[in-house]
Amino acid sequence: MGTLERKLFRDLFKMRGQAAAIALVIACGVASFVSMRAMYLSLLRSQADYYAQYRFADIFVELKRAPDWVAERIRQIPGVAQVETRVVMDVTLDVPGLQEPAVGRMISIPARQGQGLNTLFLRRGRYLSPTGRNEIIASEAFANANKLEPGSELQAVIQGRWQKLRIVGIALSPEYIYEIRGGGSLFPDNKRFGVLWMSAETLESALNMKGAFNSIAVSLLPGTNKLDVISTMDRELDSYGTLGAYGRSDQVSHRFISDEISQNRITATVIPTIFLAVAALLVHLSFMRLVSTQRAEIAVIKAFGYPDWLVGLHYVEFSLLVAIAGYVLGCGIGWYFGIKLASLYAEFYRFPVLVYRLDLPILLWAGLITFVTAIAGAIGAVVRAVGLPPAEAMRPEAPARFRPMILDKLNLPSLSPAVRMIIRNLERRPLRALASAFAISCSVMILVVEFGLFDSLHRMMEVQFHDVQREDIAVTLNEVHSAQAEFELAQLPGVIRSEAFRAVPVRLQFQNRSRKTSILGLPEQGELHRIVDGTGNTLSLPPEGIVLSSTLAGILGVVPGDSINVEVLEGRRPARTIAVAATVDELLGTNAYMNIHALNRLMQEDGSISGSLMQVDGEKQQELYQRLKQLPAVAAVSIKAAAVDSFRETINRSMTLSIGTLIVFASVIAIGMIYNGARISLSERSRELATLRILGFTRREITLILLGEQAFITLAALPFGFAAGYVVCAILTFHLQTELYRMPLVVQPASYAWAFVIVFLAAVASGILVSRRVAGMDIVSVLKAGE
Amino acid sequence: MLGAVYGLAPSSSREHDGASAWFGCSVTARPYRPMVTPMSSLSVGATFPDSDVVFQVHAVSKIYQTGELSVVALRSVELELRAGEFVVFLGPSGSGKSTLLNILGGLDTPTSGDVRFRDHWLSRADDAGLTRFRREHVGFVFQFYNLIPSLTALENVTLVTEIADDPMDAQEALRLVGLTERENHFPSQLSGGEQQRVAIARAIAKKPDILLCDEPTGALDFPTGKLVLDVLAQINSELHTLVAVITHNSAIAAMADRVIRLRSGEIVEVTQNARKASPEELVW
Repeated sequence: MGTLERKLFRDLFKMRGQAAAIALVIACGVASFVSMRAMYLSLLRSQADYYAQYRFADIFVELKRAPDWVAERIRQIPGVAQVETRVVMDVTLDVPGLQEPAVGRMISIPARQGQGLNTLFLRRGRYLSPTGRNEIIASEAFANANKLEPGSELQAVIQGRWQKLRIVGIALSPEYIYEIRGGGSLFPDNKRFGVLWMSAETLESALNMKGAFNSIAVSLLPGTNKLDVISTMDRELDSYGTLGAYGRSDQVSHRFISDEISQNRITATVIPTIFLAVAALLVHLSFMRLVSTQRAEIAVIKAFGYPDWLVGLHYVEFSLLVAIAGYVLGCGIGWYFGIKLASLYAEFYRFPVLVYRLDLPILLWAGLITFVTAIAGAIGAVVRAVGLPPAEAMRPEAPARFRPMILDKLNLPSLSPAVRMIIRNLERRPLRALASAFAISCSVMILVVEFGLFDSLHRMMEVQFHDVQREDIAVTLNEVHSAQAEFELAQLPGVIRSEAFRAVPVRLQFQNRSRKTSILGLPEQGELHRIVDGTGNTLSLPPEGIVLSSTLAGILGVVPGDSINVEVLEGRRPARTIAVAATVDELLGTNAYMNIHALNRLMQEDGSISGSLMQVDGEKQQELYQRLKQLPAVAAVSIKAAAVDSFRETINRSMTLSIGTLIVFASVIAIGMIYNGARISLSERSRELATLRILGFTRREITLILLGEQAFITLAALPFGFAAGYVVCAILTFHLQTELYRMPLVVQPASYAWAFVIVFLAAVASGILVSRRVAGMDIVSVLKAGE
Repeated sequence: MLGAVYGLAPSSSREHDGASAWFGCSVTARPYRPMVTPMSSLSVGATFPDSDVVFQVHAVSKIYQTGELSVVALRSVELELRAGEFVVFLGPSGSGKSTLLNILGGLDTPTSGDVRFRDHWLSRADDAGLTRFRREHVGFVFQFYNLIPSLTALENVTLVTEIADDPMDAQEALRLVGLTERENHFPSQLSGGEQQRVAIARAIAKKPDILLCDEPTGALDFPTGKLVLDVLAQINSELHTLVAVITHNSAIAAMADRVIRLRSGEIVEVTQNARKASPEELVW
């Protein structure tokens, strides 16, 4: 080891506090890059492998009923590789240990494992046997949530008859990686919704679908135009009650995963960038100071004949050593964090294998960006060290020059000298103060954004579950019933209030734009489902015309007063032109509403209903559930409280990891910045502070003067952090909005308060660290040296 | 007349009364005896307390332990300093004079022996006690001035008057050193001599019992150094502040009441000057 290297290690040891703070910030940047980038790649790879291996279909379509031979016509469409016809039906389930009824999605599968599309990955148990009539395979998420194992039994109402089902296997399907029911739900409720696979033969006969199907999955040959096939399929299936074919991008599970993956990609870029920018800033500030204190040493080294480039390299090496420490630590943390992240993902996304794999290229990339950060941070100090002429550097640096500045022009006699010292020091180095404030506001921003996004989510759910869905349970009937059914439902035990609804699948069309959705018919004076906009205003349903959510109106390009074509996709499939009565700025879904009587008239039916919304007496809830489980006409029961609980649980689970991590991240930035800032001040002003001690100032007082500067910067940074957080929240809520949901921009005062508290605590922690240095300051020796 | 130049009032009765009121005790001048006191006769103990004695140093030693090396900076020093005295500590570097000044000023504590300031035992005080002592009783003047660069001349003085119990007006202190005109200048806008005078104003503004000066002219040229010494002499004669100056410049000894010479951590000679020279007479 050369002498310069020896100096390097000793200097590094002397600066270990600051070096550690910088290394930690770098570590956070590297850890977030390594974990998120690797997670992104892992998800992408797992998805692609899974889809390919288990033949995830390219096009899906649901229809009323079509005879088996129609499949042959689909097979003839150019570009179609494989066609699988299926029977799919949602049924009411009685799950052992679950009080309320659950919904099971029964899907028919081929008799032999591995045939067809969307094939199952068998986790436990076995595939269906050719002879077992009541055998089913349950989805893993549902089975785990309800503690079901091969051998467990369930009861299902199929075609109005109770049927016992026996689980023989637990499996996964590429169609239900994210297992939600669809129709507006955003989070899985694995206890109350599950997918059950049954042999085609059994299910067809149970559902009276012998020789027919109601769902098709299609795979395409490479290079095929998907849209052409979709429109051909729509034409072919038109007379079989099709709800319209759609590609993967509209397949619920695929859409959620793909959104998640692309969000992952953005966070894997944004978060590390913030950290490494702050790290570069810290290296810059600390090293500029280091070169100042080492002027004489640099001069001596140069005077001995060391070339400039070697002196420059010395500081580059210094910076790289700190960066390498951060990099190694960051890779370790990132690896650990990635495993945590993967296990969290595995709870929501069911892949056969979701391995978090830390590949060499990721590590190399992380190394490269760390290297760039270290160089970018050190460059200023290197240029200064290289540029120092030896003779000049031998002389001590010129004393700090202060001139009357803003503070003095304001002429505030009441300020104490300590406050003046703080303000003048800030005024003298405005760029440094700005840089510190920038880093601290980044840390505040991270927190405000994180808390703010949860505020949005909570507001969204509050509007949905409190203002819009005011029912306790929603009962969906398995087919359209007459008004008599409404009366009967109202008579069930524990029902306090019941309001019928009618849901009709339609295709809405305006000029050349069209959209498949369903119209929800609600009673005029309905109380249990209200139409509420993002600001909480309720809209009352007009007797005539259609009300569209703004998202849907935007898709169709219509404004109130326009007339749109409504093509009904069930029953006699009437088509009419209806006036758009109003649009409503809803947060969830692409909904269309009509007065239930108007909708009945459109359907040329007399008071038909699809189901009922109910307000229920909590005391009699259990009795009601028991009755509902046994009613053959009931297809599904959704319980609002359960949905709310499941939402809360989901949020809490994902919140613990992400909030915990971001609090640590934000604190590391704040501590790194404040601690380094105070250490730099301490080094620059040690003489001044020692003088104050000699003049009789206590340690406390001079610590306050030293930290006052940092406190001032922190306080000044807070409003900017708050504002930046709000703006980023606004940008994110805008970009995160999909057709499924729109996040309202809400940042609660509590979120700002929490961000403040965390950064404040980080500042206090840094203060304590620095005050220990003040206590250890040798006041006598400081005075011996000249200026 | 320098007093006029610096705006120092001639020793009028008004100033005298003011000074007495500041210190809350009357200061009586002692007759100056021209004699050299041998080391053996510098005994302390039974004869105390003498009301004039401000500092009492008994058997003080200071040993610096640096790694495996121990350096004896002071060896069994016996000393007393009296109110109103102008004392010069003379000695080459390494003689222990700075260590002694640090101990007197409450910046350091002796390894063994006792230091008493009036009724405070400095040798037994903890850090907080020493800080309080410095804050209430000691004014420091350093070779390198040690002004706070971010504060103006006046603010450097108010820095001290704000934490003192019964300070003089900061502007008055600057007037005493003749810097009223420059009170709003920052240290970087002042000459070395001016900076040192600000440092003196800062030191006296709290009306200290003792003014400790560590090589106050060390960084100054000859004429400027004499100006600064003149200010110190005026403070001593007009405010009756005990002034202790440490220096290796033997020329300064002539203006002292007493000259204490140190060598290798020991007091080797104490001289009582028959006549204090005025700073103008000094030559080095």
